[in-house]
Parts: sequence; structure tokens; C-alpha cells
Amino acid sequence: MSTLFIAVAVFLLLNLAAGLWRVMQGPTAADRMLAAQLFGTTAVAVLLLLAEGMGEPPLRDIALVFAFLAAVAAVAFVQRIWSRGGSHDDD
Amino acid sequence: MTMIDLLSAFLVLAGAGFFFAGTVGMLRFPDVFSRLHALTKGDNVGLGLTVLGLALRADSFAVVGKLVMVWMLVLLAGATASHLIARSSLRRGIKPWTAP
Repeated sequence: MSTLFIAVAVFLLLNLAAGLWRVMQGPTAADRMLAAQLFGTTAVAVLLLLAEGMGEPPLRDIALVFAFLAAVAAVAFVQRIWSRGGSHDDD
Repeated sequence: MTMIDLLSAFLVLAGAGFFFAGTVGMLRFPDVFSRLHALTKGDNVGLGLTVLGLALRADSFAVVGKLVMVWMLVLLAGATASHLIARSSLRRGIKPWTAP
């Protein structure tokens, strides 16, 4: 059973690696931020799966912190960078 | 392998499928709005199914509560962030994609 959880966690990590392509490609800053959003959600799932698969309950608390940080990062991006100043073509 | 194990494995695998769909959508869709649509919906359902599958095997209700709390936090954050990004993208003048 724990083998399955770890296998799924590895699969999700590969998903993350594929998401990096969107960070490179853009074209706007918002598209790159979407990849960060993907990282936030998927990293939470990976941590929860590892907590169960490796029998390390503290990882669940780290998942909680990651979920919180992803929210803060997205709001800070919209507030400080995306909604004012800066052009969206050359960034 | 008990019934619970089977159900849990099925839910976790289904969740991984939704995560995969979200990633493919983010890579393949044409503009920021459709990418937001694929990403936030697909990933939040994927995480929900994963949490459900893991909660079936949890030892205590405290663990179940923590898992559900993580999911709720991600749901709230994802919905808020996607609306913020979509609204400010519209205000910057990015046109939603239409079929050619």
C-alpha cells in the first residue's frame, strides 16, 4: 500500500517537472504564476501522500504550511506586480 | 488487502488522474483564462480525492480533521487566487481566447 502512495507521489513530481515548461514559456507573468499555483496544490498532495506512505505524520503539518504559503504568494503577486505597473509583454 | 485499502487506492489513483488532467490543461490551453479554469478546478478535485483516499486509512479523527482542513484551505486559496488573477488580467486588457 505504501508503495502505491510513493509511486503516486513520484508521478505527481513528474507532473511538476512538466509544469516547469509553462514557467519557461510564459507568455505573460500570470501564466508563470499559474505554474506556481500548480506547484502549491501538487506539493501539498505529494506531502500528504509521503506522510502516509513513509509513516511520517509531521509531513502533514508541512503540507498545511505549504497550502497557506501558496495562497499568500498568489495574493502578493496580484497586489504588488500584476494589477499595477509593469508591462505584460516584456517580462 | 481489505475493502478499505482497495477503495483508498482507487481514490488516490483517481486523484492522480485529475492532477494529470490539470497539468495537461495548463500546458495545452491557449490563454490565461482557460489555463486558470483547467488548473484550479482539476487540481482542487485531484487533491480532494487524494485527501478522501488518505482519510479512509487514517488512525484517528484528528488526522481526518487535519486532512480536511488542508483541503479546505487549498480550495479557498485556489478560488480566491484564480478570481484575482482572472480579474486583473481582464483589467490589463488581455482578451479571452475565442475560437478562430
